[in-house]
Amino acid sequence: MRILVQSEPFDVGAETARFGKGHQNVGALVTFTGIVRNNDAGTMTAMQIEHYPGMTEKALTAIATEAQTRWELQDVLVIHRHGDLVPGEMIMMVATAARHRKAAFEAADFLMDYLKSRAPFWKREITSEGAEWVAAKDDDEEALKRW
Amino acid sequence: MQVLYFAWVRERIGLPKETVETTAVTVMDLVEELRQREERYALAFSDLSALRVALDQELSDFEASLEGVREVAFFPPMTGG
Repeated sequence: MRILVQSEPFDVGAETARFGKGHQNVGALVTFTGIVRNNDAGTMTAMQIEHYPGMTEKALTAIATEAQTRWELQDVLVIHRHGDLVPGEMIMMVATAARHRKAAFEAADFLMDYLKSRAPFWKREITSEGAEWVAAKDDDEEALKRW
Repeated sequence: MQVLYFAWVRERIGLPKETVETTAVTVMDLVEELRQREERYALAFSDLSALRVALDQELSDFEASLEGVREVAFFPPMTGG
C-alpha cells in the first residue's frame, strides 16, 4: 500500500509504471485520475485544497485498508494533492492491482466514493468574483450506501 | 485540549486552532461552551447539521464523550477526490 498526501504534482505515468512493476499474481490494474475541472462559466482561476494533516493520512490508510479487506487486492495506491491548483491539473489518483479486473474496478470505485466524503479535504473555488467553498453533494453521501 | 477548525469554520472563527480549557463531558457540551463565548463562535456553530467533528483525528459525532480526548476538530462535510 502506498499513500501520498502532497502539494507537488505527480506523474501519473511514472506512478502507474512503478505500481504495476514486479507483480506475478496481478492480472488487472485499474487507475483513476481526478482532474481539476473548471466551472460551467469557465471563470475559475484556481482551486485551493485544504486538508487536515495527520488525519488525512490516517483516513486514507483506513479507506485503503477497508478496500483490501473487501476485495482481494495485491496492492493499492492513493495520491491526493493539497494547496493551490489550476483547472486541468491532476488533483489525485488511485490505483488497484488484483488477480481479476472485477475486484480491481470495484475497489477503485469504492476508494473514490470514500475519498469524496470521508477524507478530510475541503475544496475552494477561486473565480474573478471571489472565493467559494465547494459544498458537499448529497449524491456523494448517498453513493456510500452502495457499499 | 486542542481545538482545530477547518475550511469555512476556520474562517468564521478566525483562527485554525486554539487550546481550550474545558470541563465539557461531550462534544455537544463543548459546542455550547464555545457558542457562549462570542458571536463568531455562535455563528460558526449555528447549524450543526452543516458540521462534522473528529476526535483525535477519527470522525465522530456530537453526542460522543470527550473523556481522554486531546484533539477535537470541527469542519464542514468533506469534499475530497
